[in-house]
Amino acid sequence: MIRFLLTILAWLAAGTVSVSLAAYDYPFINPYEATVVGTPDFYSPELTEFPPVKTYTIPVSPDRKIPDVFWYTRGFRFSLVRQGQPAPLIFIIAGTGSSHESSTMQMLQKAFYDAGFHVLSLPSPTHPNFIVNASKSCVPGHLMEDSEDLYEVMQLAYDRVRRRIDVTAFHLTGYSLGGAQAAAVSRLDAEQRRFGFEKVLLINPPVSLFNSAGVLDRMLESNLEMEPSAVNRFFGRYMDLFSNIYQRSDTLKFDENFLYNIYRNYPQREEDLAVMIGLSFRNAATSMIFVADVMSHAGFVVPPGKELGPTDSLTGYFKVLMQTGFIDYIGEFFLPYFIQRNPDLTMDDLLDRVSLRMLEPYLREADHIGLLHNEDDLILAPGELEYLRSVFGDRAKIYPTGGHLGNLAHRAVLNHMIDYFRN
Amino acid sequence: MMPISRGSRQPARRCLWAAFLAVVLAASPQAFAATDPAVKRPVREYVNPDAVHPIDVPDPIERANRWMYQFNAMFDRFVFYPVASGYVRITPRPVRNCVTRFFSNLMEVRNFMNNLLQAKAEGCVNSAMRFCLNSTLGMGGLFDPAKEAGYPQRNEDFGQTLGVWGFGAGPYIVLPFFGPSNLRDTGGALTDGAIYLLMTNGIVGEIPADAVTRTAVSSGVSGLRAVDTRANIPFRYYETGSPFEYELLRLLYTKMREIEVEN
Repeated sequence: MIRFLLTILAWLAAGTVSVSLAAYDYPFINPYEATVVGTPDFYSPELTEFPPVKTYTIPVSPDRKIPDVFWYTRGFRFSLVRQGQPAPLIFIIAGTGSSHESSTMQMLQKAFYDAGFHVLSLPSPTHPNFIVNASKSCVPGHLMEDSEDLYEVMQLAYDRVRRRIDVTAFHLTGYSLGGAQAAAVSRLDAEQRRFGFEKVLLINPPVSLFNSAGVLDRMLESNLEMEPSAVNRFFGRYMDLFSNIYQRSDTLKFDENFLYNIYRNYPQREEDLAVMIGLSFRNAATSMIFVADVMSHAGFVVPPGKELGPTDSLTGYFKVLMQTGFIDYIGEFFLPYFIQRNPDLTMDDLLDRVSLRMLEPYLREADHIGLLHNEDDLILAPGELEYLRSVFGDRAKIYPTGGHLGNLAHRAVLNHMIDYFRN
Repeated sequence: MMPISRGSRQPARRCLWAAFLAVVLAASPQAFAATDPAVKRPVREYVNPDAVHPIDVPDPIERANRWMYQFNAMFDRFVFYPVASGYVRITPRPVRNCVTRFFSNLMEVRNFMNNLLQAKAEGCVNSAMRFCLNSTLGMGGLFDPAKEAGYPQRNEDFGQTLGVWGFGAGPYIVLPFFGPSNLRDTGGALTDGAIYLLMTNGIVGEIPADAVTRTAVSSGVSGLRAVDTRANIPFRYYETGSPFEYELLRLLYTKMREIEVEN
């Protein structure tokens, strides 16, 4: 009897922030594996393979002269999946460096479409298409300014499609950095009420962009020396691995199960997985910083007066930027830009402006904002998960595993997301 | 800058300072910029020109290649991709799969020849079995019973043969319409292409119709093959959003070919 009561008590204590483990059977307990391999097909629900997606290109800053080197990304791009009948509309903000149609965005699109929502997908303010077309400063990272830009394009995007859809309610979500931006956009909406979001969900957001930037830089730099011969060796090892894999298979199809099957046959060391994750973010950083530099004439790697065209070699800049981390960007590009604009700003002021803590009073009171996270999410610095728990209380759903976004396509997680918006 | 001392008792020194200030203030900022652009992270400081970076691929005609890359991207955006998408939209998947398998089957002749040239007995048997089984049981190549029988598709082209024979890839070349290649693989593709044309012209020549019809059929088949190929490649220019897509694709192509040559 005592044991029974104790079990119930334990379940009650834990039950508000974790989920029934029977329904959540995500296979990877190592967060690095989870982040790299994602969710194998077996754990995902069947989603519509080809939902009726339409991509739109709208001019956001018609007076801005977009340099020829970015000829291919003129016009702000977003996508809409529409329902044939009245339905709620959910805006989704992509994660760091992702476009409106990255694989994660497409998966979320399908999941919400199948659940009966209209879905409007937006690129991340750190994605080149957003920086070139929709960012006022062209220096991404300022949570409030990026979110103001987002709120503006959300209005423009909705205006573009409103005649085609019958909307019963507006919702908002975003993952990774997009989750933090969703929080800031929600605050703007609370003031301006252009949409009146009924429910907002933050999916695996960072708390302090500065801290997470450091975590991601270190993930790469403490496991791989960023100089040519060490990097060559790393790539050489993986080329050999791919060569072996190629010999054994007749097609190289890069889908979720391909990675999972490879991983089962060729498990990798945690240090190498960390390098892969770090490299993926570093690649996003090179695009983001280069575009920001050219658009804002900052003179970070590209001489400020230089006009680059589509036939100019950019390889030198790429090499410099592969050695440049997020922290370097913040210290040598971001901070000087904002201090030059407003010399009264201190370092502490600016670090506040890249953190969710700035929104704490709002987030504590906003009952319609929920949080979805993982215990072992890699982008959070020590103490940040506890901070989020304390701010969101029982509006937080925290899974025991999944790394950073690894479990996003798990049926239990998707079900939770959809139930959250439905109720 | 040293402040001009208010209490300076020597008018001459004051004049000198005034002149100095005048010169400094009058000098245009552009003049300074031209001599010292003051980039925070200049390429020459951060990149060792003697080191071989992973992204480096011999690309002596880079400017021309980039021009061609842009041309291909525009052609793809306005012509190729829309046509291929339209094809995918209106053609049911089973039909499209048959089309793909039909052309793959024709390629087995090329695969067989290149396996032979590379002295790969197992490869020769594989391609021969595939061609025979799929042409007969597979109804002219529309189906792929050979795969079930244990003979999966393994492509060997003349570029790979040249690689096996010891020819290095040579400089990177972006071909019109076809995209990434290198000197060796271009030569290889031309050779394969010539043989393919001979083969298809031979087949088309057997059709009992006049020359105009035969040309139309031949062009139609080539067009279908191009569209089928495009429809099967899940690539869209600049979908990565990366301004360095040219470099990344150049590296990816080069590494993929190395792996294919090794196998």
